[in-house]
Amino acid sequence: MLDMLPTLLGGAWVTVELTFWSTLIGALCSFAFGIGRLSGNPVVKSVSVAYIEVFRGTSLLVQMFWIFFALPLMGVSLSPMTAGIAALSLNIGAYGAEVVRGAIQAVPKSQYEASRALNFTSWQALWYVALPQALPEMLPPFGNLAVQNLKDTALVSLITLSDLAFRAESLRNLTQKSTEIYGMTLLIYFALALVLTAVMKVLEKRIGRWKAGGGR
Amino acid sequence: MLFGYHWDLTSNWTFALSILPILLHGMLVTIEATLLGFFIAAVLGLVFAVLRGSPTRLISYPVAFIVEFFRDTPLLVQLYFLYFVLPNYGILLPAFMTGAVALGIQYSAYTSEVYRAGIEAVSRGQTEASRALNLSRADTFTRIILPQAVPRIIPALGNYLISIMKDVPVLSVVTVLEMLNVAKIIGDRTFQYLIPLTMVGGLYLLLTLFASFLVRALDTRLPKRGIPLK
Amino acid sequence: MSDDTLVHFDKVTKRFGDFEVLKNLDFKVKRGEKVTIIGPSGSGKSTVLRVLMTLEPINEGVVYLDGDPLWHEKRGHELVPASEAHLRQMRKKLGMVFQQFNLFPHMTVMRNLTEAPVRVLGLSRKEAQERARELLDMVGLSDQADKFPPQLSGGQQQRVGIARALAMRPQVMLFDEPTSALDPELVGDVLKVIHRLAEEHDLTMLLVTHEMDFARRISDRVCFFDQGAIREEGPPDQIFTEPKNQRTQEFLHAVLHPEA
Ligand SMILES: Nc1ncnc2c1ncn2[C@@H]1O[C@H](COP(=O)(O)OP(=O)(O)OP(=O)(O)O)[C@@H](O)[C@H]1O
Ligand SMILES: [Mg+2]
Repeated sequence: MLDMLPTLLGGAWVTVELTFWSTLIGALCSFAFGIGRLSGNPVVKSVSVAYIEVFRGTSLLVQMFWIFFALPLMGVSLSPMTAGIAALSLNIGAYGAEVVRGAIQAVPKSQYEASRALNFTSWQALWYVALPQALPEMLPPFGNLAVQNLKDTALVSLITLSDLAFRAESLRNLTQKSTEIYGMTLLIYFALALVLTAVMKVLEKRIGRWKAGGGR
Repeated sequence: MLFGYHWDLTSNWTFALSILPILLHGMLVTIEATLLGFFIAAVLGLVFAVLRGSPTRLISYPVAFIVEFFRDTPLLVQLYFLYFVLPNYGILLPAFMTGAVALGIQYSAYTSEVYRAGIEAVSRGQTEASRALNLSRADTFTRIILPQAVPRIIPALGNYLISIMKDVPVLSVVTVLEMLNVAKIIGDRTFQYLIPLTMVGGLYLLLTLFASFLVRALDTRLPKRGIPLK
Repeated sequence: MSDDTLVHFDKVTKRFGDFEVLKNLDFKVKRGEKVTIIGPSGSGKSTVLRVLMTLEPINEGVVYLDGDPLWHEKRGHELVPASEAHLRQMRKKLGMVFQQFNLFPHMTVMRNLTEAPVRVLGLSRKEAQERARELLDMVGLSDQADKFPPQLSGGQQQRVGIARALAMRPQVMLFDEPTSALDPELVGDVLKVIHRLAEEHDLTMLLVTHEMDFARRISDRVCFFDQGAIREEGPPDQIFTEPKNQRTQEFLHAVLHPEA
């Protein structure tokens, strides 16, 4: 049974890489489109709304298949890795965008008024006043999304990427020891999720420091 | 040919039109899997929520661990586990059932949290108030807490119904012929992926928009201060 | 328009939906003048300040600040609605202190005082900090520079609010009930700071307050607002001792003798 571990851990590393990149790019999408949705510019706003609704309204696996199987027919061929990261990032980014929007909208109107009275531009108000206050509110839901994303990476095995889930499935084909293989695989995913959760908790503490010092 | 329908490759439009009934056939399976998975998740989640609230740590701790485990591991691997491991122990389920059970297990972790949060949100102040009025524990729960918790719980469950629907395509790996699987098969046979996959995306959009609309309608319909008792 | 008029509301109307908050308001403030606005709740006092601070647009009329239209721009001989660039130009002359302080909770006191001077006025951090220290000294909070606003008392926060507005070197300072959100024992410190400002600087000040004694001491003129218009105005001694308008009499009576 232990002889299968290196193979699985090799796959786990691919899973970690996928999670890292797609969470990072997903976060960028979240901010871009979450802020875009609040924009006064109608074009920016409708593009953001369309992106968010399409990617939240359809299934991740459909999106992944679409990018991997359908897009090449329109002349855009992506490697499994690129297609996987693209689908994961765009998907999680749409959910993240709603988190960003909600957190920004939760910043009290009075903070924007104070910024205006100090003659900040609206970008400065967003960047220096609203976002730093919204960020600590975003982190707990972002943590959940990151774990969601980690789990979602398993789907890339269905577009031939050799991640943890893919290797588990190949090992089962070879050895038929399904209980051990899938048991170990589940445990590795669980461990990864716990680590990811811990990392996000540390981040939460760091970024929300001014809140901890508060309380009158 | 699939489910007795032939596709017509003369033009994009005829192709799309000819495969629509096949996709709708798949959509029916998607909806069935969603509903069954949701039912299992709703029941199992309630069981977990109750056990987790147990005053006996010997029960509440392991259950909390199991819920966490279900929540933190991928649906796909859970599904593989059920599909390939259970038969080793003599449990033989049809693929569709296995899929629905996997959905139910994965989402029971989320629904149990919905129940717990819904009840907790109400129970703090209200339990004390009921105690002050000398209501029995059972009366407090059924007459005071539940009527107020249910309106919070239902919409949250509804949102997970939608999430489950979006996860049904994962069941395609164990040969369940839901919408995406059907589209993939059409693609594999005709080398035309673009049209079937785009249609599946469109149909999903319609399904989720419709379901969200229902959930929102339900949410606004439900009395916010609790369900009136007769 | 005489040269020493700094703020001029010329027949200004402001509506929220169908509700007219300001009705054809005419109102002038001279350079360096300290004007207190009093009046019942909902009479439009805050709205006057918020219109001036460009937080609320107007529906009719023209507001002039230092001779230039505030909410409009001149295009040829016509007045067109102001662009954001014009508003930013005009805001340079204005500073506001809010009832709820509205400090930035995620920034230290020092940062609250330096962020806008650095980002908006283009000062160097060092210059901005020097200036901030002087201001903190003036409001009696030199030792609080590194704290976050939620760690301060309400009175301290409001003094930071005043210093923050002053850091932008405005010509007109607007105070909207700066002490209403404070516990009674903290009001005095804030009023002292405002009093010093009034005495030692040639700032133009517009103050909405319910502190009648204070209003009497520091203002050159008191305006009684009712239903979106000025019902009576004059030197504080006249308004407080021999108000002519019946509404003013009733209001002052209710405020000064709440038990009656
Ligand atoms: N954003 C808004 N939308 C609708 N109505 C508003 C808004 N802001 C103010 N009002 C209304 O306009 C009227 C005047 O408001 P304003 O805040 O100027 O009164 P005020 O004289 O400052 O009263 P107070 O002493 O209570 O602060 C009030 O009736 C208020 O309800
Ligand atoms: Mg007011």
